[in-house]
Amino acid sequence: MNLIFENIFFLSSEIILTLTALILLMLGAFKKKNSAKIVIYFSFVILIFLSVLEMLIPWNTVGIFNNSIVQNGFTRFVKTMIYFSSSFAIILSARWLIKYDDKAFEYPILILFSVLGMSLMVSANDLITLYLAIELQSLPLYVLASFKRDNAESSEAGVKYFVLGALSSSLFLFGSSLVYGFSGSIEFSEIFVSLETLEANTALIIGLVFVLSGLIFKISAVPFHMWTPDVYQGSATPVTAFFATAPKLTALCMLINILYGPLSGMQDSWFQIVFFVSMASIALGTFSAIRQTNIKRLLAYSSIAHMGFALIGLLSFPNLVGIQSLLIYMIIYLATTLGVFSCIISLELNEGESINEINDLSGISKNYPFTAFTMAMFMFSYAGIPPLGGFFAKYFIFRSAIESGLILLSIFGLLLSVVGAFYYIRIIKLMYFDEPKTVITKSLSKGLSFTNVACFIFIVFFIFIITIAPITELTETAAIALGN
Amino acid sequence: MENWNLLSIITFLPLVGALFILLIPQSNNTSSERNSKSVALWTSLITFLVSILLLIGFDTTDPSFQFVERIVIADGLMTYQLGIDGFSLIFVILTTFLMPFCILISWDSIKDRVESYMISFLVLETLIIGTFSSLDIILFYLFFESVLIPMFIIIGVWGGQRKVYSAFKFFLYTLLGSILMLAAIIYLYINTGSTEILLINERLNINTSTQNILWLAFFSSFAVKLPMWPVHTWLPDAHVEAPTAGSVILAAILLKMGGYGFLRFSLPFFPDASLFFAPLIFILSIVAIIYTSLVAFVQTDMKKLIAYSSIAHMGFVTLGIFTFNSQGIQGAIFQMFSHGLISAALFMCIGIVYERLHTRLISDYGGIVSNMPNFSVFFMLFTMANIALPGTSGFIGEFLTIIATFKVSMIAALLAASGVILSAVYGLFLYKNIVFGQITNEAIEILKDLNNREKFILIPLAFLVIFFGLYPSPILNLISSSSENLVDILNLNSYDQLSLELKSEFNI
Repeated sequence: MNLIFENIFFLSSEIILTLTALILLMLGAFKKKNSAKIVIYFSFVILIFLSVLEMLIPWNTVGIFNNSIVQNGFTRFVKTMIYFSSSFAIILSARWLIKYDDKAFEYPILILFSVLGMSLMVSANDLITLYLAIELQSLPLYVLASFKRDNAESSEAGVKYFVLGALSSSLFLFGSSLVYGFSGSIEFSEIFVSLETLEANTALIIGLVFVLSGLIFKISAVPFHMWTPDVYQGSATPVTAFFATAPKLTALCMLINILYGPLSGMQDSWFQIVFFVSMASIALGTFSAIRQTNIKRLLAYSSIAHMGFALIGLLSFPNLVGIQSLLIYMIIYLATTLGVFSCIISLELNEGESINEINDLSGISKNYPFTAFTMAMFMFSYAGIPPLGGFFAKYFIFRSAIESGLILLSIFGLLLSVVGAFYYIRIIKLMYFDEPKTVITKSLSKGLSFTNVACFIFIVFFIFIITIAPITELTETAAIALGN
Repeated sequence: MENWNLLSIITFLPLVGALFILLIPQSNNTSSERNSKSVALWTSLITFLVSILLLIGFDTTDPSFQFVERIVIADGLMTYQLGIDGFSLIFVILTTFLMPFCILISWDSIKDRVESYMISFLVLETLIIGTFSSLDIILFYLFFESVLIPMFIIIGVWGGQRKVYSAFKFFLYTLLGSILMLAAIIYLYINTGSTEILLINERLNINTSTQNILWLAFFSSFAVKLPMWPVHTWLPDAHVEAPTAGSVILAAILLKMGGYGFLRFSLPFFPDASLFFAPLIFILSIVAIIYTSLVAFVQTDMKKLIAYSSIAHMGFVTLGIFTFNSQGIQGAIFQMFSHGLISAALFMCIGIVYERLHTRLISDYGGIVSNMPNFSVFFMLFTMANIALPGTSGFIGEFLTIIATFKVSMIAALLAASGVILSAVYGLFLYKNIVFGQITNEAIEILKDLNNREKFILIPLAFLVIFFGLYPSPILNLISSSSENLVDILNLNSYDQLSLELKSEFNI
């Protein structure tokens, strides 16, 4: 009995999340009026509560349900970030959702289920659990992508996402079957042990490549990035905001879990893969973003480049400073991205659609100085200009890379970040130097302005926040937990 | 006065002023504009007055850093450490001194988004002062790079016709230059385990080839900022398109960050590499002096002409710094200081006539002396100072630099001295074509002479240019102990070695 209670205690956030989602589903089904509104704010509160809860539960390493799930400092920290950023993604969508269809209570519930999948993904400790968690996370995302039922582009995005996502899942499954076949186990620690004793052979390496391909698809890094621009563009903007934040972080952390866990003995093999993926993502993301005219496509390519930068942190294996830098990078990336989307969602074209083309931003600094200013700061932060958060993200990542002797790679990344600065400051140019072209209305809900201001403060005063808040300490603890 | 946190106060006072402007309700257009202008003016004036306290409390005999403040931020990331020595003090004072003039010169010429304009300038002042007084290399980089943000906005929003092109060029060029410095800074941190300049100086232990690579990384940043030939092409564009006060800040202060960077980082951190690359610097400087002077001569745009002349004058700065003797270093700093005053004054003069005629083409002017006699007097004084006429501050810097260069390489000194003649050629050409000659443009016949605000701006600058031309010792006293100290750090033998190297380089 004690064991069960212990398991339940350490899994409490997932259990609460499941119960909440089910209760909200009932509530939405039986209460007709204002259901979307209630569900949205309730799930926001629950997610905030859970992110606090994750901080409070002891951060020691425990294996749950026969070690199929492992919770440690790393997973706790990542889950805090997932819950926190998802809660913001939910309130970002509040106004849009109520306006679009005030009975669409499924929307936040789908997000909750996806978040549940994410939290299981980061803490999964065997291949079966991991696969189930990935599917639990992905299925709601496919539905969310096609949430605008009456819109052809949105349906296209959903189908495209689903087909390619299914493909990546099958790649992952195939790869894990090979890994299982050669190591004889599905549990991570046993795979690690058997890989230690096993001579590296071709089939195993093929299995590794397949598993990695499946995971790289999820973080939308090159060469499995093709779906990102289309899905970003087709989905409703609040949905894109969600796609760009928590799922990215989760997939990245799952990748860390696998590479630093069962496959840590095969570092020679995966190092080159990650190296190539990182370089190619930075280069392709940066250069493709230059030509984009649609703002969501631009953000899609920019996110590909940012994933490439984050992956640099993985390369300093076995030095855990890289993981710490990666986590800091992701915190800043999440805050900046949520901030950018809060600006974009709050600006609307005449027909009530949120803006799509970059040119729609022309001259908004005249009419909406505050939104334009925050947007400009987010863009400078993306470009890595001090003293904004984005600079520190780049600084930590490249510091860990140079510490591990990856000097040429760092110079390559730094030079490309200058190219990246070009398209970020192009947006600032449109907002500040150009005259208004299209009629833009601004409609702020409480959630939007709250997110906007919170992210703005976080990015602009990052240097003070990192002094006061224990960001470096927490990320360090998380990274060390991974090393054990 | 040590524990008043005087430096922090001076650094962040302008930022407080900027916040005040934000708080001004933006309901009534004209009154809120007037209020923001006066807040900006008073803030910059008070900052200047407070910075005078630095001058009073500064001990010129002490070569170490003074007014030091130190707070550790995010353990291991960086320290918030400010402090000044003679080098920094000169530039801090120059910044705080020029900023009120920048606000004043834009009093009537800026009509669009005045509040944002004033905020940009105050933020810029904070960042510049921070750059010159930080004693932590990451903190320095933070301030140094942040300058791009307000400057990008200033050029892009209030600039001329090709403002977008110029703003982008300025931004990307400088960012590209300094991104390599960031890599080198990270390397220094990893090598020494500290980001504090003093500790890095103490602990740095790297072999010659690494030193050379790191030196080049720092060089790429400072050379673009200064700018040195051949990476100077952003400067004429940025100068031409920026509003008058933007050009003033750019020429008078931002360029000096490059020279300051050489003195603060390149020389003390990498003495061997500096010595190794000194011939390269000599060649680049001399090309800059002669080539850009010639380019300046064929310009049709007044601002572009002054911009090219700035590049030529910066050639003297690098030449002086890399002679490695105290005369050369003092000459370089004096040159930077006096160029700060003179180029600021020249850009303001151009701004004054531009405000009246709205053209920068030299051919549109001619004969303005008949209507603007007072202006012509001031303009002549500053042109002469730019030519480095004895008796003006421009002379002292170039003279000291050329003497110091003479000691290490005669031919370099000869070539550099020819730059003085060339500067006279384009300077007099500019003056003649604008002030004298036939009046061809009807608009010139109804020009009004300087008003009181403009006189108030130009008189102090003119006074200082002449004062330091006749009596340079106050400046030289401030920097002498710091420059002696720097020369001591650089190997004493390096001096003879350099002249040997240069002799072989120039085949004499």
